[in-house]
Amino acid sequence: MIGNDIDVKVVPLRADEDVVRMRQTLRECLVSIGFSLIEQTKMITAASELGRNTLRYGGGGEAHIEKVTDGGRRGVILSFIDQGPGIADVNLALTDGYTTGNGMGLGLGGARRLADDFELITAPGQGTTVRIAKWKLF
Amino acid sequence: MRNETSRLGDIIIEHQEKLLEGWLASLISRIGRRDAHAETELRQQASRFLSLVGTTLRNAGSADIDSSAWQEARQLLGDISANRVRQGYSSIETANFVFSLKEPLTSYLQTEMSGDPATLVTEIMATNSLFDKLGLFTVESYQKSREQVIMRQQQELLELSTPVVQLWKDVLALPLIGTLDSARTQVVMESLLQKIVDTGASIAIIDITGVPTVDTLVAQHLLKTVAAARLMGADCIISGIRPQIAQTIVHLGVNLEDVITKATLADAFLVALQRAGSVIVQKDR
Amino acid sequence: MERIPILKMGQLLLVTIQVDMHDRLAMTLQDDLTTRIVKDRAKGVLIDISALDLVDSFIGRMINNIAAMAKILDADTVLVGMQPAVAITLVELGLTLEGVKTALNVERGMTMLKLGSFS
Repeated sequence: MIGNDIDVKVVPLRADEDVVRMRQTLRECLVSIGFSLIEQTKMITAASELGRNTLRYGGGGEAHIEKVTDGGRRGVILSFIDQGPGIADVNLALTDGYTTGNGMGLGLGGARRLADDFELITAPGQGTTVRIAKWKLF
Repeated sequence: MRNETSRLGDIIIEHQEKLLEGWLASLISRIGRRDAHAETELRQQASRFLSLVGTTLRNAGSADIDSSAWQEARQLLGDISANRVRQGYSSIETANFVFSLKEPLTSYLQTEMSGDPATLVTEIMATNSLFDKLGLFTVESYQKSREQVIMRQQQELLELSTPVVQLWKDVLALPLIGTLDSARTQVVMESLLQKIVDTGASIAIIDITGVPTVDTLVAQHLLKTVAAARLMGADCIISGIRPQIAQTIVHLGVNLEDVITKATLADAFLVALQRAGSVIVQKDR
Repeated sequence: MERIPILKMGQLLLVTIQVDMHDRLAMTLQDDLTTRIVKDRAKGVLIDISALDLVDSFIGRMINNIAAMAKILDADTVLVGMQPAVAITLVELGLTLEGVKTALNVERGMTMLKLGSFS
């Protein structure tokens, strides 16, 4: 996923409060693009899940909030980047416990359902980048 | 270093008035709709576009319309295209806005460079190339706008086709007609939940008499809707379950244990009333 | 250290969550509530999330945990005021909060707790 005109905010994720700050920054961005309340809620919730992963399992990292005008459509691309241990079994990570949400469920499956686009780049020992995007329809 | 596009830019800016008149004459005759408002609007758009192209050419240093220097021009063409879509013009009519500027412009080039045929040819080719690109960009913008209008209309249709009805003080009914796909489910959930907030209803009857087939996906969508309503304190009753659907549900192994189901909307309504604490009394005739 | 206030109303404990909670704050709330249920011999817990425009899996699990722990301590829990956008998102996320009773608002929630209409 590559956007055209560049407008990126980088939010470090090193502590719990950073995740809150990231959510607020993201909210402002989504509102400025004109997303509906439901679209905002879904995206920020997905971001919260991924931000937490970066913090808890990735050893900290950063979030990139990119406002995009890709040709005719507008949207936001979020990237969560860490230099942590990486995810060994991607398939397992994506099939979360859909019923109860208990246990280790990395929230990746949930984030994927809530966003329009989803991209996962990871390898053991190579860190993890999760990218999600939401596009404004009209 | 001589700017490859600056000469064209100079010509446009120098002869802007005359060019505009020549261009407008051609635009208005092509469009053929005699309407004062449309003409005024056309004048404004043409005037803005011409001056914008002139300044961009002079300052840009390149005819690459995808570059950031041309952002404002692209924006303007995008707006004009969206405007044309709303007014019902065709994509060709819209593109002609740009293409019809070529003629008056090349006429001027011929006048300006009559003594220098080699340069004239180069400039004319460059002009053609630039305006072809701009014209194609306009068509592309037009198509994108059209798609957006269609999608918005589809959304509105979806919303109209999922009415939520208040049957009683605490009871809502949601008669579903047609297939329940993922997009429809979103609309259904939003309508239902909003109605729950507005009316304070604690029971929602989802009637699926009008839903032709119930497969695993449809069942999942239904269960999602029920779960969402429950999170807001409203219980759901699913009614209108035809025998075939009951069989399908059992075969699929869908778990409907936590959901009350009734064969008809009428039965569901009775149960709902009882749960809401109402009693129906038969009056003596 | 910031904490979310817990109000005692007779035998009920009322918690109104109004801030964008970070994880540590949520854990603290969980602990505080459990302590208070015992200390105040509460029979019911009402969690008001009408001011929350976001509930993610962590908060969701916190709510599940609170309800489960309250039950062990012989108290009922009702979650009230969930916003539509939040409900839709939670369901999409796969969190149905099945172990928690829900009501539209504080008034209804209190009625439920007082009637003790729990199995």
